[in-house]
Amino acid sequence: MPSLYLDHAATTPMVESALIAMTNQLAVLGNPSSLHTHGRATRKTLEDSREVLAKEVGCLPSEVIFTASGTEANNIALKGLYWAGRDNGKNIVVISSIEHHAILDPAHWLATHEGAEVLQIPVSDDGVIDLVFLKNLVAKRGNEIAVISVMHANNETGVIQPITEVVQIAGQIPVHTDAVQSFKKLPLSFSRLGVTAMSLSAHKIGGPLGIGALILKRTVEIPSLLHGGGQEREIRSGTLNAPGIVGFATAVTSSDYNAGAVTDLRDRFISSVQALIPDAVINGLASERLPGIVNVTFPGTQSDTLLLLMDAQHISCSTGSACSAGVHEASHVLLAMGHSEITAQSSLRFSFGATSTASDCDFVVSVLPDVIARGRAANLT
Amino acid sequence: MKLIAAMSGGVDSAVAAARAVEAGHEVIGVHLALSANPQKYRSGARGCCTIEDSHDARRAADVIGIPFYIWDMAEEFHDGVVEDFLAEYAAGRTPNPCLRCNEKIKFAAVLDRARAMGFDGVVTGHYARTQIGENGKTLHRAVDHSKDQSYVLSVLTIEQIAGAIFPLGDTTKIDIRKEAEARGLAVAQKPDSHDICFVPSGDNAGWLRDRLGSDVGPIVDQSGTKIGEHKGAYTYTIGQRKGLGLTIPTADGSPRFVLKIEPVTNTVVVGAREDLAITIMRGERAVWCGPSVDARHQSGFVQIRAHGAALPCTYFVENDLLVAVLEAPLLGLATGQAMVIYDGDRVVGSATICETE
Repeated sequence: MPSLYLDHAATTPMVESALIAMTNQLAVLGNPSSLHTHGRATRKTLEDSREVLAKEVGCLPSEVIFTASGTEANNIALKGLYWAGRDNGKNIVVISSIEHHAILDPAHWLATHEGAEVLQIPVSDDGVIDLVFLKNLVAKRGNEIAVISVMHANNETGVIQPITEVVQIAGQIPVHTDAVQSFKKLPLSFSRLGVTAMSLSAHKIGGPLGIGALILKRTVEIPSLLHGGGQEREIRSGTLNAPGIVGFATAVTSSDYNAGAVTDLRDRFISSVQALIPDAVINGLASERLPGIVNVTFPGTQSDTLLLLMDAQHISCSTGSACSAGVHEASHVLLAMGHSEITAQSSLRFSFGATSTASDCDFVVSVLPDVIARGRAANLT
Repeated sequence: MKLIAAMSGGVDSAVAAARAVEAGHEVIGVHLALSANPQKYRSGARGCCTIEDSHDARRAADVIGIPFYIWDMAEEFHDGVVEDFLAEYAAGRTPNPCLRCNEKIKFAAVLDRARAMGFDGVVTGHYARTQIGENGKTLHRAVDHSKDQSYVLSVLTIEQIAGAIFPLGDTTKIDIRKEAEARGLAVAQKPDSHDICFVPSGDNAGWLRDRLGSDVGPIVDQSGTKIGEHKGAYTYTIGQRKGLGLTIPTADGSPRFVLKIEPVTNTVVVGAREDLAITIMRGERAVWCGPSVDARHQSGFVQIRAHGAALPCTYFVENDLLVAVLEAPLLGLATGQAMVIYDGDRVVGSATICETE
């Protein structure tokens, strides 16, 4: 029985070169903050990695702040930019209605604990933010906005957001983008996008878990979340994770991911789904999407049942949305795109990656009709 | 067989799942999320659907080596069990929510869903046994009578029993804990749950008062004379002696007991101990766990509490009601409880007590 992994948007296999570079670095002694020979050696390797990453991302090395995760990068950016803005009398946080929980929840926290006014940009049924809404909001209350955060591409649907336009509309208002899903899947340049801050994560691109980065414009000063040694521009403290950073930089330079090939797989899968399950809805189909993500609503089913049945066929996919105490919740992303609670809970996310093949795609397609039929039969409520 | 193991996060269901795997079945563990707003931590013997319990269940499934999922049954549980519990109390009856949960959730919602998905049945950690005989699969008491849970399973139909697997019925609880230990299950020494899982505070009367209000009403004697006041009739149970707060003594100084709760007039009727005695009970909505009972009088036992005694009786069906005539009188029996008929250790069936005399 083949075992298929179609959850690359959750995490994806480490590329071999990154695995080797990281494990080698694990054996190297030296805290990069130490001034002696050992420290300097680690510092050298680490800064080499920072330069590699900076080059790939289109930013200055000094603009890279290493973090332990994409979530941490999002928290530093959103809270830091809000606090910096509040010092200048700006109290509004603007986010899109389809952000990852790593933006939604810090925003909610800022509202409940720090008195922020959080406003959400709605999206179209195809999952793209409403730029007119943003334009009107900025025109009316721009001088009150501390930060605007819009993700580069959505993690559930893969729909790409118009960040360049957001930056244009924002003018002087700092813009943050969560680029965790789009990094290495789309051409991405920090300087060309023109954002103030951008979040990245290593394990989504074939790097190790436990390492991410916040790219922050060099002149921008924001308060820190973690206080201590001040290692990263006094904004992020904590001994730098040299093996993780080396693994991250190595993954960044890998060419294992072929966007064209992954797009072909995605489209092959979509055509098969549409042929076999005619009432299936491909969410965000009309929009520009990431190469690897397909989000499908199968009317008359429940996501958690489908996931169990897929898993029983040794296919790993995802409901795409968060769990609360293990209970699958209706996706806020699909709700924002006009789904009802019921149809939002009838959806699965399949995400293809560098290691996916056409036979993976065909195997899923071969079991899909039976899984959907059983899923419909088991939907008794 | 392909089976769903309902895993509460406790020791019994964990061992039951492990035994089902060992018996050669293909098993998938499922934890039922029964509360829409689960508490983070378990407190002592209360509750079985905290987040901590779901983690315990997941860990047990991982150790056993089976897939694990959480099924959201909060809505079904609320509608079928919690609402029923409240409605029964509001009607002056004393319901058993565990029985309702087995009837409507574990062996209905879960079993139906499992079957539709292609599974053959549901494994639980209940202490009960099933046997295959001439009349198909029948339900029996567990070997460990002190832990026997056949009472709360007596609402299962033949069809539901056919899909139920109880791997623990032949073992004592002490041995189950030892076995859990030996299997490396961290829940081996986790305390048993006793109280009503959806009343985490353990204060049933307070919980009912919050939801049903606490309308003051009269406490009367059998002649209808008011001798006191109560704060919410449903917080009393038939046979209750303490906590009545009566200041007018009886002529002979003998204690008074709750005889009847009348929800329509919000009245609690009290009387002498001997007036509690009943010898006949009738139950409605009978369910047969095997061949159905008819008008013929048969000898057997009736049990009226989860861990109560098996009382010798004659049982039969009359006017659609299951009737049990006791050999010896019984003191204090609330309507709403289940009367469960046993033929030896076999569960014949059950009904909800609606009349006593």
